[in-house]
Order: sequence, then C-alpha cells, then structure tokens
Amino acid sequence: MSGAARNGVTRAHVEDFLYQEAALLDDWKLKEWEALLTEDAAYYVPPNDLPESDHRHTLFLVADDRERIRQRIIRVLDPNCHAEFPRSRTRRMISNVRVLAVDHDLVSVAANFVCYRYRRYERIREYVGGYRYVLKRSGGSFLIKERRVLIDAHELGSLGSVSFIL
Amino acid sequence: MSARSYIIDDHEKKTFLLDREVLVSEGVLREEMTRIFGQCWIYVGHASELKKPGDFRSRKAAGRPVIFCRDQQGAFHCLFNTCRHRGAIVCTEREGNRRRFQCLYHGWTYGNDGRLVGVPGEDAYGESFDKSSHGLRRPARFEDYRGFWFMCLDREAPPLSQYLALAKDYIDLVLDQSPSGQMEIIAGVQEYDVAANWKLMVENSVDDYHLPSTHSTWLNFMANSGVKIEPPKEEGLVLPTRGAAVDLGNGHFTTDNINFRGRPVAKWIPLYGEAAQAEIDGIRRELVGRLGAERARRVADTNRNLVIFPNLVINDGSSVTVRTFYPEGVGKMHVTAWALGPREESESARARRLDAFLTFYGPGGFATPDDVEALELVQQGLANWTEDRWSEMSRGMGKDEHLNSDEHHLRIFWRRWNQLMGAAA
Repeated sequence: MSGAARNGVTRAHVEDFLYQEAALLDDWKLKEWEALLTEDAAYYVPPNDLPESDHRHTLFLVADDRERIRQRIIRVLDPNCHAEFPRSRTRRMISNVRVLAVDHDLVSVAANFVCYRYRRYERIREYVGGYRYVLKRSGGSFLIKERRVLIDAHELGSLGSVSFIL
Repeated sequence: MSARSYIIDDHEKKTFLLDREVLVSEGVLREEMTRIFGQCWIYVGHASELKKPGDFRSRKAAGRPVIFCRDQQGAFHCLFNTCRHRGAIVCTEREGNRRRFQCLYHGWTYGNDGRLVGVPGEDAYGESFDKSSHGLRRPARFEDYRGFWFMCLDREAPPLSQYLALAKDYIDLVLDQSPSGQMEIIAGVQEYDVAANWKLMVENSVDDYHLPSTHSTWLNFMANSGVKIEPPKEEGLVLPTRGAAVDLGNGHFTTDNINFRGRPVAKWIPLYGEAAQAEIDGIRRELVGRLGAERARRVADTNRNLVIFPNLVINDGSSVTVRTFYPEGVGKMHVTAWALGPREESESARARRLDAFLTFYGPGGFATPDDVEALELVQQGLANWTEDRWSEMSRGMGKDEHLNSDEHHLRIFWRRWNQLMGAAA
C-alpha cells in the first residue's frame, strides 16, 4: 500500500513524523520531544534475549511510564548524569517504515533504525534494530502513545549502556 | 611470578595503598587466570533457571563455555561445552530442553548427563577406543548452596559450604524474603561490557562512599518521587543512615545498611504508588509471622551489597540483582546481571520489583550507567600509572567501627586478592 492512505494515514505522514522525532532526539531537544508524547505514553527497551516480552514479568533495559519518562529527561539533561556528560552525539537512520494497522485514532507502525553513537573520542557504537510505535492521531499529525525499541544484538555487549533516549 | 606484594598495608600509619599495576598489567591478568579463577569457586547459575529435567543454559563461567543442565533424572550438571572429538562447541543454543547434545561437526552425540552416547561409524575405531571415557569433560568440582550453583577448577579446593563461610548467612537473608525460602531468577538478562578492569566492579558494587557524588541524579529522582533523602547529621557519615561493612571470611564481605530507599520486601515508599501500600503491609505481616519481628526487620529494613569472592555480587537493595563479571582483557569486563525474586510473588509485586530494579540498576537504569562511566574513567586515568602509581584506600582505617561508606571492605578484597596472587604476608 505504498502511497495509499489507510483511513487517511499514509506512510509519508508517518515518515515525516518519525524523521521529525529523530531530529529532536539527535539534537537533544528533549523537552520538545516530550511534547510529542500522550499523557499515558510509555517507552520500552526489552532485554536483548527476550525482545517479545512483557515488562511486568520480564526484566527490561527500560520500561518507563509517562512519569518515568519525565524523570528520565530531567536526569539525562542534568550535567551530573555522568554517563551523558558530555552528551553522546547520535545520528539515527530510519527506514522500512510500515503502517501495520489503523484502529480509529491509533496507528501501529514498524520501522528499522540504525543509531550511531559517539562518546567523547570513542569509536562508533552502532545500535541496530526495530522501532515499534503506537501513534495517536492528533490534529494533522501524531502523538506517541507507545514507543518500543527492539535491539537486534544478542546482548548489549560493547554497546555498553542505554543512557540516552534510544 | 615472584612473591611480591601489590598493596601497602600499614596499620601503624593507617595507610592502605594499592599498586595500580594490578589494574593494567597483562602479566597480572594471566596470573589471575590460574591463581584466582583457577582456584576459587565461580558462580555458574541458579537452580531456578533449570526447572525441568532436560532444561539447559549454555553460558560462560570463568571464561569457560559450559552447559549448565539437568539430566533425565533431574540431577544438575556443569559440562564443558567442548566436543571430545575435535573441540567444537557442542551446544550452540542459548537455552532450551534437550535429551541429547549433538556436535554438528562429525555428529558425536552426548546425553544431558554428559555421557557420549553416539559416534557415527563407531566400528572404524580400534578396540582401545572406550566411549565411556569420552563423555564431556567437566570442572573438577560443582556444588550448590541453596540453589546457587558454583564450579571450581581446583580439585583440592575446600567444599563450597566451607568456602562461602559467613557469606551463607547473607544469602540466607536474601532467601528469607520468600515464604518458601525459594527465590528465582526472573526472565530477561542484562549483558554489557564495561571498559575497565574487572576488579573495579568489585569495589564499585560495595562502595557506598561514591553514592552522593556519582548518583546525585538518582537522589534527585528519588526526591522528585516523594522519597526525601536527608543528608546525614552525624559526623563521619555520607549517607542518611548508618551502615556497616562486614568481613565474611575468605575474601567475602558485605555492606549492611539501614534501608532509606524503599524495598519491594517490604518497605513502602511513595514511588510504588498508594495502591501498593496494602500489599506491602501484607508482605511485611507474612515476614513477621514466619520469621519473628527481629528477623523480619533484618530482612525488610536492611540493604546489603554482598560480594562472594572473586566475581559474584548479590545486591539486595532497591530490588535484588545477581551480577557476575569476567575479564575480557585487562581493561575490559563482561557483565551479566539478573533480577531475583520470591518464587511465589504475586503478579503485582513482581511488576513492582522489576520497576524498582530499573529505578537504579542496569544499562538503562538511573544509576548503573553512571557507575560504568566512573569505572571507565578510572581505567582511562590509569594510563598514567607509571608516574602516578598508588590508589588511596585508607578511608576509615584503624577505626573500631567499620562503616559502609569507609573502605574497610575494599581492603578485605584486596588483601585476599594479594594473598592469593602469592604475595608474602
């Protein structure tokens, strides 16, 4: 359904939104990014060994509800967040965007990503995986209701931490 | 290697210094492989990870690929994951349930008790070929303490129970959280590298001195979540409550602190939400009924970061984590961490435990990434070790009371390490 609209939602609409979001994250404009979230938004990074699991039964890397996301933003913007001071430089490439389903005002989306991360003078770290979103239609655009980051690596290993918003 | 000491341990001057060479030297790392990892009991896994006969996990213990498994009778085994024929890894799956492990190279097949049960074209071997002597090799020793399985490469080592010494009491305290005395490893493993010498993780896991400076954003988060952590009023303290550092023998040690940051079992804090209060009160009542008031207080109102020498940490704090680590070169370690919880825990209590875990621990937690940063900065700073040779570790030395925020317990580790590395006393 390349260019076709599904209940008025096209891949191009979704891509525009994901690119805008990626730019805010890469630019560390986290307050602006936060404005893209619904009041009940959640952010998940499941463990590498069990990407398809439930954070209520399984130990995740990140399982933030809306309030925890707010606290995470406060933390990572604080110069005393040593893991991100100086801040990592990141650059995200997003592709293979697919609109999986549209149910009233909710839109399920999958995309591939590569996030390159530089830390001080360290070698590049490449986070590779898939994004899964539940977007909520809002005005002419979307808000993020759920954001799930599936990392393809079998373990974090040399990727080290997920101290920035992946 | 000649018997030299890597520490200056001067009781008269109350000075303890560590030679930074031990954190950067390839020669020291090679020596550790035989003197530390070749002689000590090394954690392999927890019984709860293998629930049924035939269950297995393939992993590394002391850098050795092993299969941690149960046979058809349910007995636990630790097998070297190396084919007796030509040495290939036999089990390539991470976990599962199997009666047989077959090497993909020439098809030699082993039972889940390690016996060699199948050799393709067996009739081509001479009469002296004895299948029964070609089972998968295994570490010299393999024993458990209440479900925590350890292996030891040294046949002459003391039994595990004796090796663990007083650390057993602190494992018992963790297990007492469970009404049946059974804790289980929760699904989802955190595996990550830290670009630092492995021994820095030992120090960091029990060092309470660093909390206010390294983890100020975590303290801020706690305050934002309704948990006001007051700075200490007593002289000499850096944490809001008094805590001790305890020597447990054979290089093991623990912190033992009055809790100030909430515990899933069983101290409610606003972070858990109002709805959780009744359930946590119920968990507390169960503890008191089963263990008595005094023991219940020990279980529910103290936080303990326990080190089993050399590389197992059980932190019973914001949640319970089991963490092991192993060097991958002198300036890098690989960390494996799990969450541990009571087997009979309710769904809501389990979810709360996992959420509490993530407030502090792990690669996406609000504290661990800053610990990792600190350790990596130490390793980077050590590049100057030849001109700036000694690390300072004298804090609290010579005092009668051993505080968790002093360095008594770090000295216990280094004295034991120094002794095992062959230093003259």
